[in-house]
Amino acid sequence: MLFLSFGVWWEIDPVIDLISLPSPLVFYQELTTMGFPSIYAEPKGKELNLVCIINCMNELLVLQHKNLRAQEEVEIQHLKLGSDMDHLQNCYAKLKEQLELSKREIVGLQERDRQLQSKNRNLHQLLKNEKDEVQKLQNIISSRATQYNHDMKRKEREYNKLRERLHQLVMNKKDKKLAMEVLNYVGRADGKRGAWRTDKTEARNEEEMYKVLLSDYEQRQKQLLLENAELKKVLQQMKKDIISLLPPQKQKPKERSEDGLVLSDQEEDIGELNKENMWELSCETVREQLTNSIRKQWRMLKNHVEKLDNQVSRGHSGAWNEKDVISREDHELETGKLELEIQQCKEMIKTQQQLLQQQLTCDDDTTLLLQDCYLLEERERLQEEWRLFREQKKNFEKERKSFTEAAIRLGLERKAFEEDRGAWLKHQFLSMTADCKPENTTASAFLRSSDPDIRLVKSASRQRRLPSVLSPAVSPEPFQISQYIAQNSVASEKPAADNMPNLWVEGDDKEETEECTKSWEDSGVGPLFRNLHMEQLP
Amino acid sequence: PWFLEVFKARILPQLSPVLSPQASCIQHRLVVRDASSLQILQLYTCLDQIQYIEWSSDSLFILCAMYKRGIVQVWSLEQPDWHCKIDEGSAGLVASCWSPDGRHILNTTEFHLRITVWSLCTKSVSYIKYPKACQQGMAFTKDGRYMAVAERRDCKDFISIFVCNNWQLLRHFDTETQDLFGIEWAPNGCVLAAWDTCLEYKVLLYSLDGRLLSSYRAYEWPLGVKGIAWSPSSQFLAIGSFDEKVRILNHVTWKKITEFDHPATISSKKTIVYKEVEKSPTVDTERLTFPPTRALASSLFSTQSKYDISQVPVSLQYIKPVADRANPKVGVGMLAFSADNCFLATKNDNIPNAVWIWDIRKLKLSVVLEQLCTIQAFQWDPCQPRLAVCTGSSRVYLWSPAGCVVVQVPGEGDFQITSISWHCSGDSMLLLSKENFCVCYLEREEVK
Repeated sequence: MLFLSFGVWWEIDPVIDLISLPSPLVFYQELTTMGFPSIYAEPKGKELNLVCIINCMNELLVLQHKNLRAQEEVEIQHLKLGSDMDHLQNCYAKLKEQLELSKREIVGLQERDRQLQSKNRNLHQLLKNEKDEVQKLQNIISSRATQYNHDMKRKEREYNKLRERLHQLVMNKKDKKLAMEVLNYVGRADGKRGAWRTDKTEARNEEEMYKVLLSDYEQRQKQLLLENAELKKVLQQMKKDIISLLPPQKQKPKERSEDGLVLSDQEEDIGELNKENMWELSCETVREQLTNSIRKQWRMLKNHVEKLDNQVSRGHSGAWNEKDVISREDHELETGKLELEIQQCKEMIKTQQQLLQQQLTCDDDTTLLLQDCYLLEERERLQEEWRLFREQKKNFEKERKSFTEAAIRLGLERKAFEEDRGAWLKHQFLSMTADCKPENTTASAFLRSSDPDIRLVKSASRQRRLPSVLSPAVSPEPFQISQYIAQNSVASEKPAADNMPNLWVEGDDKEETEECTKSWEDSGVGPLFRNLHMEQLP
Repeated sequence: PWFLEVFKARILPQLSPVLSPQASCIQHRLVVRDASSLQILQLYTCLDQIQYIEWSSDSLFILCAMYKRGIVQVWSLEQPDWHCKIDEGSAGLVASCWSPDGRHILNTTEFHLRITVWSLCTKSVSYIKYPKACQQGMAFTKDGRYMAVAERRDCKDFISIFVCNNWQLLRHFDTETQDLFGIEWAPNGCVLAAWDTCLEYKVLLYSLDGRLLSSYRAYEWPLGVKGIAWSPSSQFLAIGSFDEKVRILNHVTWKKITEFDHPATISSKKTIVYKEVEKSPTVDTERLTFPPTRALASSLFSTQSKYDISQVPVSLQYIKPVADRANPKVGVGMLAFSADNCFLATKNDNIPNAVWIWDIRKLKLSVVLEQLCTIQAFQWDPCQPRLAVCTGSSRVYLWSPAGCVVVQVPGEGDFQITSISWHCSGDSMLLLSKENFCVCYLEREEVK
């Protein structure tokens, strides 16, 4: 058995142990150079490490596999590249061929183009030649024609001479009995006698002729006038139609700066030309104006129609103008709404009609019944309303009562508060004037100090006496305050007090007073007083 | 609802009925018949073979012209004994006609040396010198007041206008034509159209007092005007020319308002094309007898035909004209307006089997009648828009806006209709062949 190792063929006896192969040293050297660990059990030893060897072998196998795979890959890539290369070469060859073909084609086309151009030039030349020839022939024809005419004239003159000669001969020769034999002369067709040839007759002839011509012209003119009138009418109608068809933008000439002048002119023109008398004139300028104005209007109408067409086509093609879209949607909405409205109205009308019908057509019993029904309905409605009214009234009463109670309470509180205040002021004064002034002055001072109050109160009460006490709608505050002030001057003012006896119930809650005071203070008495003061001065 | 009654007689030349009686002549005999019954009323004998006969405008006299002898004989219907003979002598006679008042006879002498005006009322004779030898050299206005005569002196054309009342010369003016070919008055009597020879396309319009109103020229070199027609209202003048077109001028500006082309292919969808097709006669074999009766024999051999509507586009039979002959058969040679001004019938000589009917209100081609043979003549009914066409066969073709119909002239033998003449009431028409004539009566439709 041959065994190849390291490029050398070894003849091996398969029985022989591998180890007896020439020196594992060779393997060891190779392996170490390849980076494998030593296969010997210990360095420089003779014992071979089997595990190591097997590991080495394994690694070698792995390496081998790797190398094989790498080789395969390389081979595949090589093949691929080879085929790519082939492909590219084919493409290149084809493209080269195509290029060649195209070049040849171009050359062919250029050649053809050149030929056609030369042909064209030839044809042009031929055409020119033909034209020249035609011109020449025409000249020849005209010259021949003049020649023929000249010859004809000559021949004719000769012929005339012959005729004259013949005539002379004939007339001379004959027997003068150029006869007309007639049994008897017939009368003229119109029964008149023949007239002599005179100047008068000549003049009359002329006259007659001119009369005939004139009558013919007059007739024609009449026809033309009629035609003209008709056409003018038609034009007028057309004008009106065009004006009605044109959009109302035309009515605002100021908005359009460019067309402003033109439009205003046109409007003027229209105004002018719509006058009846202008239509009757037939002079040049009026006619021109008329036709011009109609043309302008027609053009405007045309433009308008074109614009509409464009809009429609744009809409169809999808290039939407925002304004148009919305307006259309709006328009549709509007139309929907209007339709609904119309339907509702129609239904209403129908029902009303039916009711009317019933009213009109039904007989007495049913009418009475119906009327009773209506009355019942109405009565029930009225009762309902009464009920509601009474309820509301009750509510109002309740509210009023609560308000009045609240007012009374408030008044009481205020009264208590004032008493406290008065007491406190008294106390203050007393303490203050304990050193300097006697008691009378305090009272007078008190009185004096409360003078403006009293004065105010007097007038206020006087004023407040007049308006009715019970008015729940009026805000309770000034009312209460005036009451309180009135109450404040119980000592001096009786009528004021008299005014309020009903309201003032007992009860003097401290808390309420405090609250009241607070509320009174918070509500800002000053301005209230000021208000009162103001009210005094009308 | 046509009603056709045929009466045939062997006669020689043409004849012209005016109003009720009808005259025809045979050789040198003049036969006058009643138009409705064709009964012979009078019989006159002339001196020579009659070439031309004409009724006077009031139908009281007939003139018979014998050109070879240069004699004109006049007969009266009221007084059969009355006679008149006019002898031109060696001056010769080429044409003779009545004046519009029915009392003067205008004779054109040979070589157009002069026109002699003979009066039947007085002994006076008038001469018109240098009349022009052209197709339509003399024209009377419709009301018979004026007569225009084309003259030529010193190689120049002139027109003279005479008052027919007293034969006084009213106007004499020259025309700007090379070689005046014809003149025609407009029906209103105020405009005279004059056109030049076919070498020059020129149409001149003159007013009654001799002023040139307008001159129209469509093109310069090719052959020009072949014929013209005035519309009965004098509104339009139709000019047919050698370039196969008809140009219509209007009476206000005398400018062309439209031109009608006559192409060989009709492609417009709005045109109706009626084509005449032959239909073989149905013979009832059981009814055949021996020897065959005349009627049966003729009906066997005469071909019936009817109209079919062809689908557009239609291409008509087109004949290319011979290039080097004079007066080629090209162009619009026949044109006529209907009496109500609404239609114009034309014939293009290159397309000889077709009649083109144009609607003047719309200025469009409305109908084309395609016949089997060449159109010989057509004429409009003087009262209604009805056109009668003859093609040289024994059938007359009638077209009206309601439709068209083929009318077979019954009878034995060949009757080749070459011309048609309507009665002025529109109730009957005269069909003429070379040697025979027959009268066709048309039943009037009852208007409910």
